[in-house]
Amino acid sequence: MTSDPRTDDSRVADENIDDRPALRSPASQHPPQTGEAVLTKRGERAERSAATAFFVSMLGALGLAVVYWEGGQPQLEGILLAVALGGIGTGIVLWAKHFMPSDEVEEDRHPLESTEEVMEAYATDFEAGESSLRSRRLLIATGGGACAALGLAVLFPIRSLGPRPGRDLKRTPFAEGNLRVVREDGSPIRPENLPDDGFVTAWPDGHTDAADAPTLLIRLREDQEFRPREGREDWTVDNVVAFSKLCTHAGCPVGLYQAEIGQLLCPCHQSTFDVLDSCRPIFGPAARSLPQLPLALDREGYLIATGDFSDPTGPGFWDRDR
Amino acid sequence: MATTETPDTAERPPAAPTGRPDRRTGRRKGPEKLLTHRAARWVDTRLGTANLARTALNKVFPDHWSFMIGELALYCFVVLLLTGVYLTFFFDPSTELTTYTGSYEPLQGVEMTRAYASSLDLSFDVRAGLVMRQIHHWAALLFVASIVVHLARVFFTGAFRKPRELNWVIGVLLLILAIFNGLFGYSLLDDQLSGTGLRIIYSITLSVPVVGTWAASLLFGGEFPGPDIIERLYVIHILLVPAIIVVLLTAHLAIIVRQKHTQFPGPGRREDNVVGERMWPTYAAKALGLFFLTGAVLAFLGGVFQINPIWLYGPFEPADVSSASQPDWYMGWLDGALRIMPGWEVRAFGYEVPNPFFPGVLLAGLTFGLLFAWPFLEARVTGDHAHHHLDDRPRQRPVRTALGVATLTFYVILFLGGAADVLAQTFGLSVNALLWTFRFAVLLAPPLTGWVAYRLCKELSARDGVPTASQVRVRDIPRRLRHGKAADEAPDEESPAPAPAEMS
Repeated sequence: MTSDPRTDDSRVADENIDDRPALRSPASQHPPQTGEAVLTKRGERAERSAATAFFVSMLGALGLAVVYWEGGQPQLEGILLAVALGGIGTGIVLWAKHFMPSDEVEEDRHPLESTEEVMEAYATDFEAGESSLRSRRLLIATGGGACAALGLAVLFPIRSLGPRPGRDLKRTPFAEGNLRVVREDGSPIRPENLPDDGFVTAWPDGHTDAADAPTLLIRLREDQEFRPREGREDWTVDNVVAFSKLCTHAGCPVGLYQAEIGQLLCPCHQSTFDVLDSCRPIFGPAARSLPQLPLALDREGYLIATGDFSDPTGPGFWDRDR
Repeated sequence: MATTETPDTAERPPAAPTGRPDRRTGRRKGPEKLLTHRAARWVDTRLGTANLARTALNKVFPDHWSFMIGELALYCFVVLLLTGVYLTFFFDPSTELTTYTGSYEPLQGVEMTRAYASSLDLSFDVRAGLVMRQIHHWAALLFVASIVVHLARVFFTGAFRKPRELNWVIGVLLLILAIFNGLFGYSLLDDQLSGTGLRIIYSITLSVPVVGTWAASLLFGGEFPGPDIIERLYVIHILLVPAIIVVLLTAHLAIIVRQKHTQFPGPGRREDNVVGERMWPTYAAKALGLFFLTGAVLAFLGGVFQINPIWLYGPFEPADVSSASQPDWYMGWLDGALRIMPGWEVRAFGYEVPNPFFPGVLLAGLTFGLLFAWPFLEARVTGDHAHHHLDDRPRQRPVRTALGVATLTFYVILFLGGAADVLAQTFGLSVNALLWTFRFAVLLAPPLTGWVAYRLCKELSARDGVPTASQVRVRDIPRRLRHGKAADEAPDEESPAPAPAEMS
C-alpha cells in the first residue's frame, strides 16, 4: 500500500493548481464531514450552545468593565475575565467541532534532504567562492586577527559590572576591632540584658546594614556546658557566645534556635548546628561551623567584639582560606 | 451526512469558484468584492504570497490530545507577554529606599525599596493590578509545566529522533530560558522570600570554582545583596530573555512546519505521509479556541487563587528569613537537591569546592547537558540513524521508557526534598528523618520505578501482540499495526506469528 490511487488521479487532473492535500481513503473510521450536513437537531443544539457561549462572554466582558469602573475587585475581575475568555473559547471550539469540516486529510511527506545533484551544485558554488577568498591569505589572516582582537576588546567592559571580589568576602566591619555589638536600632547590649535561653541578632556598631555581619548573640543557661575551640577559650563573656548568623552553606540567616537542645536550624536547607560544640554542623548540607566572634566587655560593661569572625562569614568560595 | 462512497472531489468544491451566490442574501457576490479577497489581492500584488498562503491554509496537522501540550506552552507565553507589559507600566525596579505610604496598613511607614513598594502599589492601589500580577505568575507556572509535559511527551514517543534533533535542542533551550526567567521574575519584587532566593543564587554562583567569586561580584555589582542586581534582572527578565524566547520559539515552529508534525501509527498513517486536519478552518479555529480557554483558566486562577502574597513576607532584610521558604515549583528540584545533599565539601589542589556547587551547578549542568545530548546518545546506542516520522508508543521502547520514568522519579523525589520542611510540618514528622528518607529514596527509587516501567512495557506490548523494539525493526511496526490494533481481536495473517514477548 504505497498510496491511494484516487489521490493520484485527482492530482493528475491539474497538477499545478489542485495540489491540495487529498481526502483520506475510505479506510478512515470517521466518514468525512463537511459541516454542511449537520442541520439536524443536534446541529441546532450545538449552534445554540455556541451562540450562548458567545453571549455569556459578552456579559462577562461587560461585567468586567463595570467592576473595573466601580473600583475593581481582584476575584471578580479574574472570574469575569475567565468568563469572557472562556465563552469565546467554548464558542469557537463548539463551532469548529460541529460546523467545520472534520475530514481527515492525507498529505505526502517528501524527503527533507536534497538530491545529490543539488548538494553537489551547492558545494561547487560554495567552493568557487571559497577558493577566491582563500587566494588572499594575508587578508584572511589579518582580517581574522582584527575580528578576534575586537571580540576580545569588547569583553573588557564586562569588568565594569562589579568590583573586584578581593578581601571583601573575607572580612566584615568587625575587623576594625573593639566595635560594640549592637542591636538593629544601634543600641549597645549588656550581657545581663540578653534574654535567657534565646538569641538576639546583633550588628557591628555603625554598620547595622552590613549584610555580611549579622551576628547571633546567645546567652547559654548555667547547666549548658560550652566547648570552645582551641585558642578561643576567652571569646565568651558571661555565658554569652556570638556566632555569624549566616549559614556556611548558602548564606541564609540561621534563624531558628531550639534552646532546650542548644541547636540552630537554618530554615532554607535544614542545616543544623550544635551551639555547645562551637556551632559544628550536625545535619544538613552545611559542612563548616558557623564562624565565631570574639566577645569582650568595654569599660561601660557593653559587649564588644575584639576582632573579626574566626572565618569568612556566609557561603564558601574557592579561595576562601587563601 | 455524506457517505464515504462520495467521490473525494465532491466533498470540497474546487478552490475559488467565481460568482457563488451568497447564501444569506441570495445576491450574487463576486469574491473580488469581499473585503478579505480584496485584502488578499492587495497583499499578493505587492508580495506574491497567494501560493504560500494557500499552502499554509491547507497544511495538515495530525490530531492527538498530547500534541496540544506544546501549544499550551505557546499560549501561556502569549499571556505572559500581555500581562507582563501591563506590569512594566507600574513596577519600578529600583533599590532606592522609600517609606511606604500605600493603602496596605500593616506596612505603612515601613522603609523599603522602590521595587517592593511599587509591587505593593501594583497589588493594592492599581486597579486590575493584582489580578494581572497573579495571572502573570500563574501563567509562568503553567508555562514551565506545559513545557516539561511537552518535553516528556516528545521523549516518551521518540519524537526527538532524526530529523528532529535540532528542534529538541531548541526546546531544551526554551525550557532553560523559561525556568530562569520565572526565577528572575519573582526575584524582582524584593520581598523577604525573593531576597532569600537571590541570596541562594548568589551562593551558588559563588560556589563555582575559580570564576565564582568574580561571576558573583559582576552579576550582583558587588558583595550580596549588591546594589545592581534587581535593575539588571529586570532588563534580563523583560527584554533579553523574552527576545531570545521569541526568536527560538519562531525557529521551533518554523522547523515543525518545515518537517511536518509526527503522527502516531494507525490505519493509513505511514512514514511517508501525514494524516490529519487542514489548518484552515478547523484546526485554526480549535487552536484559537484553545488559546482563549487557556487564557480563561489563567484568569480564573489569577483571580481566585492567591499566589505569592508578597505583602505577608515584608521587605527583604538580610538578617531575616521566614521558615518554609519555598521557591516556585520549577525550582523545587534544585532546592531539594541543595537540601538533601550531605554536608560534604571537597578540597582540591588546596582550594575549596563548596557544597552548593554539586547540587546547584553540577547537577543542573548534568541535567540540561544530558537533555541536550539525549537524541544523539540514543541514536549512538541503538545505531538507529533513520528518519522517523511515526511516533513510538512508550511501551514499544521499554528501555527508553524505563530510563524516562527513572529520571522523572529522580526529579520528583528531589522536588519532594525541597518541600521537606512543609511536609514535616503538615504530617507532624521529623524533618531530619524525612530528609534521610529522601537521601536514600533519590538513589533507590529511580531504579525501582524504572524496572517497574520496563516490566509494564513488556507486559503491555505482549498483551497487544505488538513486538517491542528489541524484537523487530522499527519500520516494521506501523505495517503490522495497520492490520489490527489488538491481536486478540483480529489475528494478523500477514505477519508471522508474533513472537511472544520475553517473559523475563
